Amino acid sequence: MAGGDSAAVSAVEGRLSELSTNSEEKGLPRRGKSSSGRTLNTAQIQLVASHPEVYEPCDDSFALVDALLSDKAQLLTLKPRLCMEIGCGSGYVITSLAIMLRQLGSGTQYLATDINQHAVETTQATLEAHGVHADVIATDIVSGLEKRLHGLVDVVVVNPPYVPTPEEEIECNGIASSWAGGLNGRQVIDRILPAVRELLSERGWLYMIALEDNDPLDICHLMNEKGYASRVLLKRCTEEESLYVLKFWQDAASGTNASHAARSPRSESSWLSQLPFKSLWHKNA
Amino acid sequence: MRLLTHNMLASNARGASTGYPLKLQVVKWTTKEAEPNADFLRGMLPKLDWAALVAATHSLGLPGLLPESPPTDAELSADGAADDEGSALRRLHRALLEIHIEEGTLVCPDTERCFPISKGVPNMLLHEDEVRN
Repeated sequence: MAGGDSAAVSAVEGRLSELSTNSEEKGLPRRGKSSSGRTLNTAQIQLVASHPEVYEPCDDSFALVDALLSDKAQLLTLKPRLCMEIGCGSGYVITSLAIMLRQLGSGTQYLATDINQHAVETTQATLEAHGVHADVIATDIVSGLEKRLHGLVDVVVVNPPYVPTPEEEIECNGIASSWAGGLNGRQVIDRILPAVRELLSERGWLYMIALEDNDPLDICHLMNEKGYASRVLLKRCTEEESLYVLKFWQDAASGTNASHAARSPRSESSWLSQLPFKSLWHKNA
Repeated sequence: MRLLTHNMLASNARGASTGYPLKLQVVKWTTKEAEPNADFLRGMLPKLDWAALVAATHSLGLPGLLPESPPTDAELSADGAADDEGSALRRLHRALLEIHIEEGTLVCPDTERCFPISKGVPNMLLHEDEVRN
């Protein structure tokens, strides 16, 4: 691959509001590509490099970063040692996260993976342009890291390929790998989740985007069976899709320990009642 | 890629038993200074494969950077360690987080499969018929 082909400068930019209060966020203008709204204390993530085979930040990326921003205070309290993005694409999300948590300095280190070789180069360029660092690795999900990073990662962020597509589209290594999700858009998600559970530390958090079509409630149930609680951090409807940003964390009351109890309808409802999830779900559905 | 990541990375090539540690062949590396963080280093220390880390520094031509056995918690926490260039803390910090491998190759210890490092990014991708079952 020629090295120069990713150097085209793109004027496309996303915005990272560093406002720590999430209540104000509702009043912000939408962060679409055409948004001209600007807020105080706004750091800009500039796309310094683009490539026809790399997914540019779009509504889903902005939703994920907005959700992370709404959780910024909790993240700063968590002081994650290792943060990781799976499927880093343009680098918008991992760069935003690193800027958001900059005050943690060398106490927090970042890793990012993508199966697309053009994407890892673009991510590297985006990180460098913003003076932050992540070790970027071209690999399939977390292949090569699963053993040694077992239980060590405190924050995982994923904007997975969630678009329902024919299965064969998943095999593509170019830009299609950023969206092609196979049946119900779940085929790659369902490979990512077990990998993430291997990597997450006991206090670790997963932030992941899912589409209505992916059956996010089913994803949450599945994770609950494995001992993870969940909630919807953000829901956003665009012209094309309804996006959810889900947050997962290990919870002693979930999973195998609680599986016996979870079978009774009463505890099932008490589990759901702990989540803003269900109410949010029905309200917005 | 820094040695922190090298310490966490293994080969999944077919035929590999552990695929770890990856042999490091360095063509180009740089140093980027960062503020040391004792908490991070103390927390990571028990998770590191010390022998692999020491071997990696040797392949960079820095045989004196790290001692043969890992520093103790007390050594990493010693007063003034952050300001003392030669302290155990600063040396570990340098090895793990300040050295960036820009160009080179990672070699699977079991199969000799080569994974190139280009522009700082290791490429661990395998063809379908190369992946360990």
